[in-house]
Amino acid sequence: MTQFLELLISGLSLGCIYALIAMGFVIVFKATNVVNFAHVSVLMLGAYLVARWNDALGFGLAVLAAAAACAIAAALLDVVFVRALRRRGGGVDALAILTIGLNIVLATELARAVGTDILPTGAPWGSDVAHILGVAVPQTRVAAAIVATVLMVAFWAAFTYSDWGVAMRSAAADREIAALMGIRLTRMAAVVWAIAGALAAIAGAFFTSFPAAGVSNATYLLALTAIPAAVVGGLDSTAGAVVGGLVIGVATTFAAGYQDEISFLGRGLSEVVPYLVLLAVLLWRPSGLFGTRETTRV
Amino acid sequence: MSEGRRRLVGRVAVAALVVFLLWLPQYAEGFWLQTGLFAMSAAIGAIGLTLLVGITGQLSLAHAFFIAIGAYGYCFLAGGEAPPGASSAPSGLGLPPLLAAIGAVLLAGAAGALFSPIAGRLRGIYLGLASLGLVFIGQHILFNAKGITGGFNGRDAEPMSIFGFSFSDRSPDSFVVFGVPYGQLERLWYLGLLLVAVSWWYARNVVRTRPGRAMQAVRDSEVAAAVMGVNVPVYKAAAFTVSSMYAGLAGVFLALAFGRIVPDSFGFLVSIDFLVMVVLGGLGSIGGAIVGALVVSALPQILNHYAGSLPLVVAPGETGLQPSDAARFLYGAAVVAVLIFAPHGLAGLARGIWRRPLSRAQPPPVKESTA
Repeated sequence: MTQFLELLISGLSLGCIYALIAMGFVIVFKATNVVNFAHVSVLMLGAYLVARWNDALGFGLAVLAAAAACAIAAALLDVVFVRALRRRGGGVDALAILTIGLNIVLATELARAVGTDILPTGAPWGSDVAHILGVAVPQTRVAAAIVATVLMVAFWAAFTYSDWGVAMRSAAADREIAALMGIRLTRMAAVVWAIAGALAAIAGAFFTSFPAAGVSNATYLLALTAIPAAVVGGLDSTAGAVVGGLVIGVATTFAAGYQDEISFLGRGLSEVVPYLVLLAVLLWRPSGLFGTRETTRV
Repeated sequence: MSEGRRRLVGRVAVAALVVFLLWLPQYAEGFWLQTGLFAMSAAIGAIGLTLLVGITGQLSLAHAFFIAIGAYGYCFLAGGEAPPGASSAPSGLGLPPLLAAIGAVLLAGAAGALFSPIAGRLRGIYLGLASLGLVFIGQHILFNAKGITGGFNGRDAEPMSIFGFSFSDRSPDSFVVFGVPYGQLERLWYLGLLLVAVSWWYARNVVRTRPGRAMQAVRDSEVAAAVMGVNVPVYKAAAFTVSSMYAGLAGVFLALAFGRIVPDSFGFLVSIDFLVMVVLGGLGSIGGAIVGALVVSALPQILNHYAGSLPLVVAPGETGLQPSDAARFLYGAAVVAVLIFAPHGLAGLARGIWRRPLSRAQPPPVKESTA
């Protein structure tokens, strides 16, 4: 029972990180119709910058600086590349493949920068653990959960109450009408990409901190497991991103925690559990748990 | 140039290319033949993927998974019994290689057909994302089903042999053509050319006839296709099955060309490479897929080969820009440039140059599927 509780809490804290990544993925899709595969590279960029800067700035400032840098980087991706293709009438598939191309270039450069080392992010909590409900949880994960919760509540409030949130939701609902109502779609797209970039950087800093070893040249591949989180919840649902993130986090942690019991399914099952959940959920609900069901108008 | 003259020039060019390819093993070193064999395998796979993504409009990131089924399927069906004493060696059924190859292709097709219930339910981008899962699950199986796949270390492929003629360095032991000894690479070269030609011919016939038009109708609008009497789920499933069979054939040939297969050859990045091939070549263009496959599979090898004499890149292992990284930069950037500036890919560019003197009319833009 203790193990169950421990895994549950640990899984939920991991899920918070996944939820942050998935949220950036989802808001970009909602606002600009782009399935952004380059998101994982931006995340890796953020984690890499944190690892590079934490000696000079300290962990907190390094995360903020990395978030700012990734916001700019992601906004540039939108303004320079994605906007150009959108203007030429590229569809969802073409836009997704474009971000795959961008991801190839970015990830190759980042993997080169990281090399064969594993760079620690230098989170101040090190490998200390906190005790919650009698179970040990890494303090980094507690911090991650708190930061993620604060960010998500702030976003929910911004979506619901601010002018910007209303503008974004109306653009997601109907681009044409939103444009006619005076919402600047291109500027809003850039802002949304910037926010997603900042979220990815913050999530990346925690994603690569303890119990993970640090930033490696495969960080972007590991971060791909956040894509199932976004899809499971429904690509166009921010609440779904949170639920999807938690589901994936818990499922992954349980598969890792009970690996002796399920060893007949092979070693390292926890790495593919997100994708198994993804296929199972999509078979059951083709648009994810909370995604808008596609309707066809003739 | 008049239309008739242009056709003549085209035919002469094709004939020259065929003669060149047939004659190449007389002169080319092993490196070029090996690179060519990989490119042929990639070309077969890319033709299959362009039928699925370009013609039918179903985005798939799972191609590497189906290629793996073909490659491992062949090795398993053709592989002999594990030698006594080596208990960890993967087992096999010991079928004749030709039967094993056919079986592997059918196996890959069956896997594609099994995936089609999922594919049939999912629309647009959700399908691409679901197929992403297949690649990672496939990797997990390849690493863990050691009895069949050999796990991390992979397993050897039986050389192909047809009616006693082996596509290896033996049996017949010395096979000399015009004074040049033909070993494994040279023999496989001709097998590969034949397979690529048959793949191209079959795909072209599919695209130009009734099923191809139905598939394109599904791509342009599922509703409209259904209204016209196209059975959309059946065609989607068929497209997946055919594309997977192409992938299976590519896998069989890859196993033959490598001689040994390991799980890393069938990962997520390989799926991405195949997508890059068909996008670079021009979605839906069979010839474009072949050219894209040639570029993407040969570029790293060639950069590698000439790393010493090229500026910017360094030999593998030294500090600096690795040839494999340089190749990734190039084709990553090429995908971005093609999508933004030349949505019909290399095939579209070639058509534009070829047709320019006659008319300046551009082909209508490819209608993208909207999610």
